[in-house]
Amino acid sequence: MFMRGLKRKCFDGEEDIEGTLAGIKAIPSYNLQRQSLLDMSLVKLQLCHMLVEPNLCRSVLIANTVRQIQEEMTQDGTWQMINTQSTGQASLDRLVSTDILCRSSREQAEGKHVPGYSTFNKDFESDHAQDSSETMSTASSVQAPRNLQTNMWEMENPQENKGNFQKSLDQIFETLENKSPNSVEDLFSEVDNSYYDLDTMLTGMMNNTKMGHCDGLETFSSPTTTPSNSNCKSDLNELDHIVEILVES
Amino acid sequence: FLGAGGGNDIQWCFSQVKGAVDDDVAEADIISTVEFNHSGELLATGDKGGRVVIFQQEQENKSQSHSRGEYNVYSTFQSHEPEFDYLKSLEIEEKINKIRWLPQKNAAQFLLSTNDKTIKLWKISERDKRPEGYNLKEEDGRYRDPTTVTTLRVPVFRPMDLMVEASPRRIFANAHTYHINSISINSDYETYLSADDLRINLWHLEITDRSFNIVDIKPANMEELTEVITAAEFHPNSCNTFVYSSSKGTIRLCDMRASALCDRHSKLFEEPEDPSNRSFFSEIISSISDVKFSHSGRYMMTRDYLSVKIWDLNMENRPVETYQVHEYLRSKLCSLYENDCIFDKFECCWNGSDRQLLTFFLPPLCSIVMTGSYNNFFRMFDRNTKRDITLEASRENNKPRTVLKPRKVCASGKRKKDEISVDSLDFNKKILHTAWHPKENIIAVATTNNLYIFQDKMN
Repeated sequence: MFMRGLKRKCFDGEEDIEGTLAGIKAIPSYNLQRQSLLDMSLVKLQLCHMLVEPNLCRSVLIANTVRQIQEEMTQDGTWQMINTQSTGQASLDRLVSTDILCRSSREQAEGKHVPGYSTFNKDFESDHAQDSSETMSTASSVQAPRNLQTNMWEMENPQENKGNFQKSLDQIFETLENKSPNSVEDLFSEVDNSYYDLDTMLTGMMNNTKMGHCDGLETFSSPTTTPSNSNCKSDLNELDHIVEILVES
Repeated sequence: FLGAGGGNDIQWCFSQVKGAVDDDVAEADIISTVEFNHSGELLATGDKGGRVVIFQQEQENKSQSHSRGEYNVYSTFQSHEPEFDYLKSLEIEEKINKIRWLPQKNAAQFLLSTNDKTIKLWKISERDKRPEGYNLKEEDGRYRDPTTVTTLRVPVFRPMDLMVEASPRRIFANAHTYHINSISINSDYETYLSADDLRINLWHLEITDRSFNIVDIKPANMEELTEVITAAEFHPNSCNTFVYSSSKGTIRLCDMRASALCDRHSKLFEEPEDPSNRSFFSEIISSISDVKFSHSGRYMMTRDYLSVKIWDLNMENRPVETYQVHEYLRSKLCSLYENDCIFDKFECCWNGSDRQLLTFFLPPLCSIVMTGSYNNFFRMFDRNTKRDITLEASRENNKPRTVLKPRKVCASGKRKKDEISVDSLDFNKKILHTAWHPKENIIAVATTNNLYIFQDKMN
């Protein structure tokens, strides 16, 4: 998939063009973006439960993507997450550009400098000026998704991690297959409206989908904010709760 | 512009547009399938509200030699209604997923229409006369007292205003646990297949209480599910052969003579992955959304998220031709995954054929494939000249006989005049369904809720 050297940079702090920039301009690292993709996919799978009848093809494709990420993370050794403390940074950190994931491995190897990263950072900071301590500086800045993960998987044992992860994926499929009213109601009973805002934000607001709208993640050129940022943290706590129910049911 | 063999370029002109003008799209009006019948005289559309609208081409007017007949509404009927599955507590959508016409055998027309769960055979017939002069009935239908009848007369047929009636003749239900994505009529014109995410069933058009399962890819353990069926079609000439495509980008060709359950394919078509293009989205964009045989049956075309591929049935390991539909989206896959556009299922179609001229050894005079994209753009690829064109279905170009202007998307760098940058594309305006008249250069292109008809400029 991607060049091994590229992944190692994140752990060993090897310097190269992008590593230097990462320190200064805070480019979202590959790991961060991969994590973001994983979280997005899990949310999408959850949202499948809420649809009247989930599209099986879409669910299968998303689940396969999640498995791919999991496999790569297992090979990386990043499966055992560093348990970083919560520093109160906005959970929007997790919704970083996943553009790097779209680049082919050839582009990665050439160390292609993607124009506009600096613009992105600047716009991002200006949009969320309320939290001045917020930067995209380190890979350890991801908070709520880590919480999400600690709920789903035990940190200590990678084997168990895999098992639990697989178990939750299985449960998603079982729920898709045998949708029993009780479990669905349990799932829904704790959800409040702010969850739907999260949905809207993460899925790019289906009713008004333009490329510019998703630029919080990618194009970096327009300063448009994604709405309901402030709800994000509480929404993710809701998400934790829902995932707990999912795993325990 | 496209060439068609002897240097005659096809110049596409706007002909008609059907549907509501306002930007506020009622969900029930979203077009979900478009299909010409075998003669091209009728054009059927299905929508999300479960309705079928059939347009009929009017006879060519001698005085209007510069254009072919227009399509006008012929019949509208409610094919499917929303249902509720009480066992699963789920709604069954009435959206029409596919329409397929049967070849005409008598005065009436027949088509199959399907939603997620149920296939229906509809008969569309015309009535332009009615009997009058019954002896025992009044004109309004009340029975006369026989004792008042003093003379006898022979009832006669008198002309009346044309009435087009649609009636459901067969209902093929309860055979699919998962959502039906395809139906395909066999070349024997007696049987047809229906495919859902995990299974394919074979039906006889006369028999509704029974179907044969011919493909089943459901794993014993649903947790092991990693691949689903995305489309299926019968071979146009071999009544024992069909293909089905998968979400992993493979196409399997099956021969029903080999066994009752065609779980083992006769051929497996798959292109090896390009390792340099690999990403987390590789599998999703390789998922095939449509598969269509060429009229000769020698080739088949598949549509995946970014490209159209032409396969020779004799070569399994790679397609013979690949056409990029919107390669500029490759760097945007993340956003397209986030807003779910990456799961859009685009269809594709071949140009109509002139069957008399087709022989096995000579390539057809003109071979063009068409598919849709975003921003109400659609694309055509001429397989002979290797030229391609991008056109737009928009009400702004709606002057009949005005040639459509080719469009161009600027992927990166400086945008030239008249080009559109990728970031300006409207991803809500997608063209998923297109159809090509079986004999003439007339195409039907469906935007979200409008149907556009274009034809080539006649000189």
